[in-house]
Amino acid sequence: MNVNASAAAGKTPSARFDQVSKLFGTFAALRQVSLDLEPGRCYVLLGPNGAGKSTLLRILAGLLRPSHGTVRVFGNSDPHESRARIGYMSHAAMLYDELTAQENLLYFRSLYPGRACLEPADALRQVGLDPDLNRYVGQYSQGMRQRTSLARVLLHVPDLLLLDEPFSNMDVESVRQMVELLARFRQSARTIVLTTHQRDLAAPIADWVITLQAGRVASLDRGAPTA
Amino acid sequence: MTRALFTHLVKDLRIEWRTLDAMISMLFFSGLVVVLFSIAFDPRGAFAQQIAGGVLCVATMFASVSALNQAWSREIRHQVMDAQRMVPSPGAELYLAKAIANFLFVTIVQVLLAPFFFIFYNLHIAGQGWLLLLVLPLGTWALVGNGVFFAALSMSSRNRELLLSIILFPIFIPALLAMVQATTSIFTGDSDPTLWIKMLLGYDIIFTTASLLLFDVIFHAE
Repeated sequence: MNVNASAAAGKTPSARFDQVSKLFGTFAALRQVSLDLEPGRCYVLLGPNGAGKSTLLRILAGLLRPSHGTVRVFGNSDPHESRARIGYMSHAAMLYDELTAQENLLYFRSLYPGRACLEPADALRQVGLDPDLNRYVGQYSQGMRQRTSLARVLLHVPDLLLLDEPFSNMDVESVRQMVELLARFRQSARTIVLTTHQRDLAAPIADWVITLQAGRVASLDRGAPTA
Repeated sequence: MTRALFTHLVKDLRIEWRTLDAMISMLFFSGLVVVLFSIAFDPRGAFAQQIAGGVLCVATMFASVSALNQAWSREIRHQVMDAQRMVPSPGAELYLAKAIANFLFVTIVQVLLAPFFFIFYNLHIAGQGWLLLLVLPLGTWALVGNGVFFAALSMSSRNRELLLSIILFPIFIPALLAMVQATTSIFTGDSDPTLWIKMLLGYDIIFTTASLLLFDVIFHAE
């Protein structure tokens, strides 16, 4: 199934998948996926384990190359050209255990020269963490790591935000705060793609719900965002 | 030095300062080599002068490998490497920062080990001792420059510790030979170490240039 909502609307997509397949040996993680992602929209990827959700995100992030087909992110066929505009949060924290949250964010902020980044303290406040907390990330709870990880990806104010299972390990209140934050983020004409097993949690911000099954787009449903 | 290189370097030095992971294992291994060789061989007279260069290089080599194995382990843990691969600054700066950090770690270990080395082997430098200040840094850079590169190459392998030794040691042999010969010449004063020092310098320039040019390819490999 093709998803070409933005083409129909006449908008330039943030990202475009054209007949993209990804093979790991003989296993096809993605099969001929075509997809346009519009700016200012939130796409929720659903599907069972192994459906290809994380693979799709990693291809968008430029961490994997498609075996067949083409991917364009912000018009560039080489995703590395666009990497300063992409924020990717995976299952893992992608942070150094031996540094504090502030130190981690200061470090990553320095690696985006020429880009207007948030102050680390502001990014931490946005995700509901105390910037003055002087503890190493290795001593954080799983939920706190998850929030710090989100602060890391928001730091360089990406135009395309890729979140792999962002609600895992989070309590109900933290999920609510995160959904509010993502809703504000989406309103500034930025694109969000997130994967989850919990459809209800993402429903308030979902413009489109894409269900993947065995590497194919099985269904595409328009969401009813409330946030 | 660019800002990103400095940032990477400060981060690696800060983490090592807090954990001392690399330093402790390096001190342990190199100390063990120096002590065991002094027990195995009679460390008196001219013989000690002859083998001291080799012992010093072997101690440095084994110590470095334990540190090099850890050079990328922090990046692999929690998939920090993926975050590194997504930043716009060049991967070569990360490589260079890691090489400089490991060079500093090994140099500190050499400095700490030096007094024990001279005591255990009863050494008297017959040649131009100051040349050691050229030979040891050049040899150490040859080791860590290649080591950091090949550790990155082998980091996705399950047997990365073994793989690093298998790839690194054969490639390091020309530099090891030059380092041992130059050090022995300085200790004994029998010959001129200049040719060996030039060889080390050439080796460093060639392999560092190649590593810088090729690092982005292995860094962004799937």
